[in-house]
Amino acid sequence: MVDLSIDCGGIKSPNPFWLASAPPTNSAYQVCKAFEQGWGGAVWKTIGEPVMNTVNRYGAIDYNGQKVIGLNNIELISDRPIEVNLKEIAETKKLWPDRAVMASLMVESKREAWHDIVKRTMDTGCDGIELNYGCPHGMSERGMGSAVGQVPEYCTMITEWVTEVSTIPVLVKLTPNISDIRFPARAAKKGGADGISLINTLNSVMGVDLDSFELKPSVDSKGGHGGYAGPAVKPVALHMVSQVAIDPQVNLPISGIGGISTWRDAAEFFLLGATSVQICTAVMHYGFRIINDLVEGLTNWMEEKGLTSIGQIVGKSLPCITDFGNLNLLYKTVAEIDESKCIQCNLCYIACEDGAHQCIDIIPHNGKNQPRIREADCVGCALCFLVCPVDGCISMVRKDDGAEATTWNELMKVLPQPLTWEALRQFQAKHGIEIH
Amino acid sequence: MNNLAPKLSHEEYEKNFAEIHPALTHNQAVAEANRCLYCYDSPCMKACPTHIDISTFIKKIATENVKGAAKTILESNWIALTCAKACPVDVLCEGACVYNGRGEKPIAIGRLQRYAIDWYFERGMPPLFKCAPKNGKSVGIIGAGPAGLSCAAELALMGFNVTIYEGKSIPGGLDTWGIAPYKMSYQDSLNEIKLVESFGVDIKIGTRVGKDIAVAEVERKHDAIFLGVGLGSSPDLNIPGEDLDGVCDALEFIEKVTTRKWSSINVGRRVAVIGAGNTAIDAATEAMRLGADQVMMIYRRSKAEMPAYEYEYELAKNDGVLFHFLTSPKRVLGNGKVEALECIRMKLASSDASGRRRPEPIPHSEFQIPVDMVIKSLGQKAGENFLSQIQDLKTENGKVWVNPGTMQTSNPRYFAGGDCTNGGKEVVNAAADGKRAAHGIDKFVFK
Repeated sequence: MVDLSIDCGGIKSPNPFWLASAPPTNSAYQVCKAFEQGWGGAVWKTIGEPVMNTVNRYGAIDYNGQKVIGLNNIELISDRPIEVNLKEIAETKKLWPDRAVMASLMVESKREAWHDIVKRTMDTGCDGIELNYGCPHGMSERGMGSAVGQVPEYCTMITEWVTEVSTIPVLVKLTPNISDIRFPARAAKKGGADGISLINTLNSVMGVDLDSFELKPSVDSKGGHGGYAGPAVKPVALHMVSQVAIDPQVNLPISGIGGISTWRDAAEFFLLGATSVQICTAVMHYGFRIINDLVEGLTNWMEEKGLTSIGQIVGKSLPCITDFGNLNLLYKTVAEIDESKCIQCNLCYIACEDGAHQCIDIIPHNGKNQPRIREADCVGCALCFLVCPVDGCISMVRKDDGAEATTWNELMKVLPQPLTWEALRQFQAKHGIEIH
Repeated sequence: MNNLAPKLSHEEYEKNFAEIHPALTHNQAVAEANRCLYCYDSPCMKACPTHIDISTFIKKIATENVKGAAKTILESNWIALTCAKACPVDVLCEGACVYNGRGEKPIAIGRLQRYAIDWYFERGMPPLFKCAPKNGKSVGIIGAGPAGLSCAAELALMGFNVTIYEGKSIPGGLDTWGIAPYKMSYQDSLNEIKLVESFGVDIKIGTRVGKDIAVAEVERKHDAIFLGVGLGSSPDLNIPGEDLDGVCDALEFIEKVTTRKWSSINVGRRVAVIGAGNTAIDAATEAMRLGADQVMMIYRRSKAEMPAYEYEYELAKNDGVLFHFLTSPKRVLGNGKVEALECIRMKLASSDASGRRRPEPIPHSEFQIPVDMVIKSLGQKAGENFLSQIQDLKTENGKVWVNPGTMQTSNPRYFAGGDCTNGGKEVVNAAADGKRAAHGIDKFVFK
């Protein structure tokens, strides 16, 4: 029996799927509707300073007919008064005692202001607080959001202001618009955070209208950078989540955010160290109903793998993460084409020919043009495997026997320094590696 | 005719002859274009007789460079709209689409091609091609069908002076006169003619070579001549009663239908179509759509030997056309007007010279089918009379012999292509022939 319940930094929920602090959590109406459909938790849309939004605020990127692979926004924090939001949070929590209800906060960088809002938030009976150090647009111009997340000292300072009065768990939500995500994470830890949420949105310009030459989205002919989210940002988020997860100086529970649309995405975040996941863009695109497949798909997969709790998978893939210098340089694979599955689209051929190492020939065969790998020349880069549109047609087959393994770091200890091309060539020749 | 099928209302005709494959919307076209894998050296391109770079034009539709898509198509095929609508795509480009190998629906290549070319014509043919400076040479083209038009366009762009001689009052050949209206409108063919004319090609309509202008005169005027004369009428059945009122030729019948003056076309209540080729199917389905109660196809071999494409057969079946296989017409009966068709049952014996099993009558198996109209569709006769006026023009089984690489005939000044050389193939074959011949002519004239 699979138990999806989690405890993320002291915040408990019946399943690990939370709505991220964003338009879908703008009101009690929405959050209650989401809970009815099975969502495990919700981080309320950030409340705090008075703001006013522009009318249009979203831009999307489509690719090859797929709508909204990325979504950006210049929407600010909640444009409804604090007291309305706090009242609705209290009512929602009362109605849904078993779900995680969290308030996302952002006020000006004054200790009293933070103390005040934290206290008022705790009065709602909610389960936790998330500090929004992430919004890269609008609020940052007013010294909030990513303006805080980009300066580790500010992260620590404001987190301290919050944790010194809060009696409920505090998560710190980080901006990815920084060169090394570990520093603000460590700063949050130093400030007493109970957990880290990441990533917030990436700085982005969505596009330019080729008729008007204005930015997309355009607000009365003007625009600027906005926060980028959705499926396209997932790889960035996975990297940052894993970086924080493996950093011994952080060592805090993680709520993973960034491009999660399916249970498969979520599973990857768990494997790289997230305990809960937060979702926004997929809900903005398809609605709360996606929770059904998120829960069911994850449960089925865990059952298949003989897993019974989320705790068993959190961080399971982290031991695989290492530096390039520790990768085995003698690991050898080559591509193999299953000609019975090949449909002769020859995308592998042109990719290899123009974009890789010219190791595929086209051979006329039974009236068709059959791509064939020249195994001796194949460097095993896997580009052909990646572009092949038929499942299981191209496979990367291991050719070394695994007996020998040498990493760059090990090699540098053996080869004379300073390293010469000739020494490297000799090592390659010894192992039958020909660079062409 | 004995029993005329009652005329239909305007709306019924419009509905019956509405396009089977309507135009794609912008959204549909981009979505379908995005489905294309963009194969390299794609099988669809190879399957097209004119070798249109299909995956490239489709990707251009996906990026909304529709003008570029039209250019990519037209660079390979000047008869692109007719081909988009009338090509047997199932056995050509779409049949070769790699998606078939993945067990999925092939890309709708024909409809995407139509999308691009419709776009081009709807915008008044923005200039995409520039004619080379005049090279001082002149080519006469006999017949303004797809082969002739294709050859003319290609030559004109190379700098030739080109004159087309067309016997009919409207050019286009079978593109204009021989394609069922639910596949395309003759207006589409006229658009293609306008494109060819925009390159400076002079089309002399109502000018039948050998009658309105002497062969010698054409030879005197031009450095080379291209024959795109097509084929003749359907052969006679050579059975009694063939001259009765109500017996007609399939192509003549189809020609009337393409004019779209449907209410003026008489069709019998019960119609027999003799033959089972693609033209026979067109005639049968058109008779059905004009309001006939029952249309029967009479074919002396079995379904397996039927020359019509599978999807044409399905189309006719869906229209309610009945098929009498292994049935041969013996007599048309009637008193001045067709009243019945006497047929005899056949059986298949051993294979004949064509490789198909030879049908043989089953003795004493005659039977009569009451009909009001008989449409003959036994293919087209090769060998127009005036071809015999051309010196040293070799023919084989009535087809003009050509060198397949250059389309040059046995008379070096004459080139030929399309149905008159292949005995009756697709529009796309004619388009490819015409283009190849143009390059053959260029080489010949400047050798």
